[in-house]
Amino acid sequence: MEEKGLPAAAAAATDMFRLPEKQQTQSLFPPLMAGFRRCMGGIRALTLVTLLLVSVQTAIASVLPEDRTDFLYHRYEGGGVTIDGPSVLVRKSVGKSLSLSANYYVDMISSASIDVITTASPYTEERTQYNLSGVYLRGNTTVSAGVTDSTESDFDARTYNLSVSQDMFGQLTTLTLSYAFGDDTVRRSDDPGFFRDNIRQQYGVGVTQILTRNMIAALNVEVITDEGFLNNPYRSVRFLDPNSPVGYSFEPELYPRTRTTNAVGLRTKYYLPYRAVLEGQYRYFIDTWDIESHTASIAYLHPWKDFVFSAKYRYHTQTGAHFFRDVFSRSEATNFRGRDKELSALSSQTLKFTAAYEFLPDGWGFIDKGTVNFSMDHLIVDYEDFRDISTGAAFGSEPFYQLKANIYQLFFSFWY
Amino acid sequence: MKTQQISRILLTLFALAALSGCGSIEPWVKPYERDRLADPIMFLDMDPVSSAYIYHVYEAREGARGGEGTAGGGCGCN
Repeated sequence: MEEKGLPAAAAAATDMFRLPEKQQTQSLFPPLMAGFRRCMGGIRALTLVTLLLVSVQTAIASVLPEDRTDFLYHRYEGGGVTIDGPSVLVRKSVGKSLSLSANYYVDMISSASIDVITTASPYTEERTQYNLSGVYLRGNTTVSAGVTDSTESDFDARTYNLSVSQDMFGQLTTLTLSYAFGDDTVRRSDDPGFFRDNIRQQYGVGVTQILTRNMIAALNVEVITDEGFLNNPYRSVRFLDPNSPVGYSFEPELYPRTRTTNAVGLRTKYYLPYRAVLEGQYRYFIDTWDIESHTASIAYLHPWKDFVFSAKYRYHTQTGAHFFRDVFSRSEATNFRGRDKELSALSSQTLKFTAAYEFLPDGWGFIDKGTVNFSMDHLIVDYEDFRDISTGAAFGSEPFYQLKANIYQLFFSFWY
Repeated sequence: MKTQQISRILLTLFALAALSGCGSIEPWVKPYERDRLADPIMFLDMDPVSSAYIYHVYEAREGARGGEGTAGGGCGCN
């Protein structure tokens, strides 16, 4: 996701927001054929890139992303799982048309989750991710390309992405088309000969629209297809077993080999009469595994002196996958079977607080300014079809599982 | 069925967007009226590193994905 920055915004006051003389004097609807001829070349180019697109850019384009560096420390604690690590992003322009960036991200995982303690043993793991990307600007068109490489001891993922954005209507509208191709390799730590592939393709269309002088909105449509080995190689499902003293036993889960997901997201920000912002977001999601979800959030941002405070509430609800069961009636009862709690019917709520402080407002050396940010998310997930069998309650009377997690982020950002 | 409907909506949106590029529409928000939109607190993604991280967390904890922003590869999901 690239974003127009503050220095760029200042430039925008003179460059980006200035219309060509010809455009300023044109009527609302020019002669159709002339317009048609003029845009055919652009449409042909756009169509070619449509076949190749990804990462939906939700910013106002026509300017390169800001030169900035971010140092982030993230920490997730909840449900017996702790994941923490750094993320470093460096972005720098090369000339006036090209911006390059590199991101290094680490997840250090210590897991004794409900899945793990009921069917396996606690483990530690480390995931390392690198991303290199570039943004090329030409006129009102921005082309982005990148590669992301993620490595774990038993899972590798490489993703290539390409996107193109076009400003139109006097830069009131930005259309972005994107495509990504991902190639994953799944292994088992206890079986050196186990290799499974998964091919993932993402198609995205995004429109960012300035609605009024106080309001901007973005509509993103994203379709993702997976083909290959999609289940966790370690996870098990449980089934009724009269020969077991507890009434059930476990067997490996088995997912369909394909999945297509569709998501439509709408996001809007409104500048209040005083300097503050109200933000709303909604997403509708449906996939070929019969998961249907609604996600909505509302946020409020309030600057005060050199601080910016924000609060956000997010709600998510979803139906379960058609092959998900908390308990199957017998062994191999269905063609596909899964007990991944994320595929259960569930609802989640998140409350988030963020505080940002701007320092070095007058710069220091080559640095223009800096900010330090701290945020905390409190996440509660209520599973509606996944029982907590770790409680020791009698079979059939186990309570539904509830996850509570805190997510912390501390990061420093420098613009130069 | 719903997937087909979404595909039709997507195609329609794209066709409209592509066709609308054929003409010039005079901007109803004038360039000199966009000072508030240029305020950093109005940026749709103020902190890309932070938002990429949080989208990744949600993708790992819920069954839905996409349509909100970006997420990294890999899993770390249990």
